[in-house]
Amino acid sequence: MKKRVLTISVGLAAVLCALVFVNLRVSRADEFTKEDLDRWNAEYMSVVKQGRELWTSGTLGTNGVACAQCHPNGANTHPETYPKFQQQLGRVVPLRDMINWCLQNPLEGKVLEANDPRMVAIEAYLAYERRGVAIDPGKH
Amino acid sequence: MCDFHLSRRGFLKSAGTAAVISTLPVSMVELAFADPEKNFTFAYISDSHIQEMEGAKFVRNWDRGLIRAVAETNLLNPKPDFVVFGGDLAQLGKKSELDHGAEMLAKLNYDVHCVMGEHDYYLDLGKYWSELYGAHYYSWDHKGVHFITLNSVLTYDEWTHNRWPTEMQRMIEMAGLDNPNGSPFMVGEKQRAWLAKDLEKVKKNTPIVLFSHSPIQKIYKGWNFWTEDAEQVQELLQPFDTVTVVYGHVHQIQYNQIGNISFHAVMATAWPWPYPESYAHAEQHMPKLTVPMNRADPFFERDATGWQLIDLNSGRVAMRYNLYNNTNRTVRYNPATNQPEDDAYQQPESRVAPQIHY
Ligand SMILES: [Fe+2]
Ligand SMILES: [Fe+2]
Repeated sequence: MKKRVLTISVGLAAVLCALVFVNLRVSRADEFTKEDLDRWNAEYMSVVKQGRELWTSGTLGTNGVACAQCHPNGANTHPETYPKFQQQLGRVVPLRDMINWCLQNPLEGKVLEANDPRMVAIEAYLAYERRGVAIDPGKH
Repeated sequence: MCDFHLSRRGFLKSAGTAAVISTLPVSMVELAFADPEKNFTFAYISDSHIQEMEGAKFVRNWDRGLIRAVAETNLLNPKPDFVVFGGDLAQLGKKSELDHGAEMLAKLNYDVHCVMGEHDYYLDLGKYWSELYGAHYYSWDHKGVHFITLNSVLTYDEWTHNRWPTEMQRMIEMAGLDNPNGSPFMVGEKQRAWLAKDLEKVKKNTPIVLFSHSPIQKIYKGWNFWTEDAEQVQELLQPFDTVTVVYGHVHQIQYNQIGNISFHAVMATAWPWPYPESYAHAEQHMPKLTVPMNRADPFFERDATGWQLIDLNSGRVAMRYNLYNNTNRTVRYNPATNQPEDDAYQQPESRVAPQIHY
């Protein structure tokens, strides 16, 4: 009887250990493979590509004007400086507020919500074109 | 007499110019010239990019830029001898766009000489533009100066003739400044041969002023701030004592000196472009001499756009930039240093923060 209890205990402990081990494995976020990295990068780049398409598209606004007409390669948008005090608006704003400002004014279009996949794509594209530049929030 | 100002009567007559008065030079310092008879002025308007939205509706913003430049140029007093339009009258080279732009340009009270831009050319290879403005390249003499206009936006034959399924796609591919499917601008062998012949009859001490759309120098290939055969064209010009090249396309203030040749870029009336250095991945060669224009403030629709009054001081150019929402600037040849320099900002200690681009 005693032996059986012991056997069961050992068995339980082993199961517990295994469970703990499995749990640990599942919660270890730093264990990913080269394949994972490639996939994640491809996901990001596909959104960058969508952003580039929107950036050069005449249909984002209503008058046929594209963002890239004034901002080739996203230049002069300075994503690394946001959020910052946008003196013309009189408050600290994220970059997307300026993207929306341009959508409404030079493009004579409508604003995009922050979680609109098109807004995310544009932000991803601008950040990509600015890769390697040190972040410098608040800089004017 | 090289002093110029806008006629006050003209101001009063034209409605809605109150805002204009504060931004234009009402009178300027008179320059002392050895032979005042030889001095004259001309105005330079460029890059209006008239863009059709649909059926005879055009982008208001770009229309306003050209309308304003034409109206202000008409108010100049003393009057300029002529006006040059520096190319990119249209956005996609369409007949409707060229017609609409030409209608606005026709309001100028002066003779107009036109330069071909890539946005005018790549739909029908300049066919309709020619019906409006004639030859793609030509020369003429005026008060002792030899003027030349080149079509510098040609490119490789294969790209032009064999690559694109439609004319409109060819136009769109060239219209995207940062489009990797584009192709470098060039003057080409045929025009260089014509230029060599044209220059044969010109005396070496005759001042030469050449107009092109692209810079006849290599600044940044990625945005076609570039002419592929720039060196070969420069070589034809170097034997002359006094040569100036004035170009559009870059939508910003640039100037440079290479040997005997002074280079000046002009502003667009439509929109400004960033300096190549503000694209982190650009391998660019902005002339060190250039003191940049101020960074554009997008909340002022016409900021960092404008037009130019050029006075020819014994064959040398003084480029007066009429900037709508900024202090005007003058870049002129300095004989002591043999290069163009800004009147106010050339020395590093005199530069201002908005001239820093990043
Ligand atoms: Fe242009
Ligand atoms: Fe151009």
